[in-house]
Amino acid sequence: MTELALRSIRSIFGWSLPFYKLAKGDAVSEQLKLITKTFLLPVLGVTVFLLLWAGLAPKVVTSLGAVPGPAQVWQQFQNLVDEHQIEREKEAAFYERQERRNAKKLENNANAEIKVRSYTGRATFFDQIVTSIVTVLCGFLLATIIAVPLGIVSGLSNSIYNAINPLVQIFKPVSPLAWLPIVTMIVSAMYVSDDPMFQKSFLNSMLTVTLCCLWPALINTAVGVANVDKDLLNVSKVLRLGYFTHIYKIVLPYSIPMIFTGLRLSFGIAWMVLIAAEMLAQNPGLGKFVWDEFQNGSSNSLGRILVAVFAIGLIGFLLDRLMLAMQKWISWDKSAELR
Amino acid sequence: MSNYLELSQVSIEFPTPNGPFKALDKVSLKISEGEFVSLIGHSGCGKSTVLNIIAGLHQATEGGVILKGKEVNEPGPDRAVVFQNHSLLPWLSAYQNVELAVNQVFKGKKNKQESKEWIEHNLRLVHMQHAKDKRPDEISGGMKQRVGIARALAMEPEVLLMDEPFGALDALTRAHLQDSLMEIHSDLNNTVIMITHDVDEAVLLSDRIVMMTNGPAASIGEILNVNLAHPRNRLELADNADYNHYRAEVLRFLHQRQRNPKAA
Repeated sequence: MTELALRSIRSIFGWSLPFYKLAKGDAVSEQLKLITKTFLLPVLGVTVFLLLWAGLAPKVVTSLGAVPGPAQVWQQFQNLVDEHQIEREKEAAFYERQERRNAKKLENNANAEIKVRSYTGRATFFDQIVTSIVTVLCGFLLATIIAVPLGIVSGLSNSIYNAINPLVQIFKPVSPLAWLPIVTMIVSAMYVSDDPMFQKSFLNSMLTVTLCCLWPALINTAVGVANVDKDLLNVSKVLRLGYFTHIYKIVLPYSIPMIFTGLRLSFGIAWMVLIAAEMLAQNPGLGKFVWDEFQNGSSNSLGRILVAVFAIGLIGFLLDRLMLAMQKWISWDKSAELR
Repeated sequence: MSNYLELSQVSIEFPTPNGPFKALDKVSLKISEGEFVSLIGHSGCGKSTVLNIIAGLHQATEGGVILKGKEVNEPGPDRAVVFQNHSLLPWLSAYQNVELAVNQVFKGKKNKQESKEWIEHNLRLVHMQHAKDKRPDEISGGMKQRVGIARALAMEPEVLLMDEPFGALDALTRAHLQDSLMEIHSDLNNTVIMITHDVDEAVLLSDRIVMMTNGPAASIGEILNVNLAHPRNRLELADNADYNHYRAEVLRFLHQRQRNPKAA
């Protein structure tokens, strides 16, 4: 784990290395080139974008006012942080009151029945981010559990591959918006319980995510497994490795890079699909936040939606980096270029 | 025992879109225990196919292979193969590569300590004990091939099959490995079948050289007995008349009687 931590630190702060070397006076022109490449150019790109945005946004006037520029969006972000803090304070106050009330009751009568209720305040932007991340992780995990074994089996056997390939090709391009009504109907019919463990909106979003992000992981796993070096397969045959030993000792390690490529593609799709699914399924995550703000239609709405847009992008990026770090940690081939 | 390993009228056809392709036609060969036999011939003459049939990786269309009175029809560790490009698992160290084979072949027959000693013994045989914890991408091509040989030897095979084991190595490394192989062969006296297209290698190492005709439908053209005393030393043999005579025989076969079809 320490190695993983070290790697993530390096990948986050890697850009500062040339500065450090420059300060030390190592190969100055070389370091300047590196700084230009890894630091100046990205900063330049972002700056140009911000200037264009700030300049052009006020010119587009909608029914909710002009499109907000970077400053207004930043303002809305701070508002959302404030709202979150106020909500947390309210929650703390609620529990304090409840405890005091219950303590008093017990003082008067040791056998008194006390009620402990959980706080039912509004979900803040940050609560919604957490909900989204949990939902996408569950959906993605379920997809992984289905796709990787199925991919291995179909990569090993041409017959199974040929049998499931048409289905994969047909289901792969289906939009989450098409899956969602079907998933909703099936969940409503099948998941009937007086004391449900999961919200239906959560299940609907999660299963839609699963259905949409199965395919890249499945296809890449199958391709990776099917392309295991023929010589290694011969080694396995000469050793007479059993089916599962063969998979565990030869096939899996060999195809780990391809499996992870598939998983990262899947994860990207999962995150993209989730926002759409949450909008329609009303799962209390980022998708619902965007939808509610859109319906709300206040003069702040567009700014708040843009905050969500950046949050979605940033979280998607960070989750992908996390997957990459995991791949580097698990894969034997540390020298391989990963991007 | 002259019938330790017998190839009897082995022919093989591969299906192609233009009808079956006959790669080998009625190859018959008897090999005795402890013998070192080389198969030599031009590229594409089916040398590797012969080896793969003995290994059980290909099935002969006609005829068959008999090892110690039993017919061979699937791959197994009693016919260990040293592949041309080492075929080590890149994610395992040298030790672990050999360990995979030992654990599989001696499952339940050797305890942990015995396995460990056996793995280390085999790595010592190929002079690789110093790099036993290195992974294949951390060692040179010659060292990888040594580990490949150690893995094959560790299976305690009845026959050791080597598919151009030194073909991808530079001349000096190859000479070192040939010396190691001679040393191992004189120690263990195992039965070896080696594919090569290096005439010097064939004469230096073999008891018999099997020369193959060009494909399609290749078969055995000539068999040359190499009656040179063991141990052999490449420097002493360089001026040896017999050695040079054997070399000339093989060269004549390859370059006069069976000219390379592609070079022609």
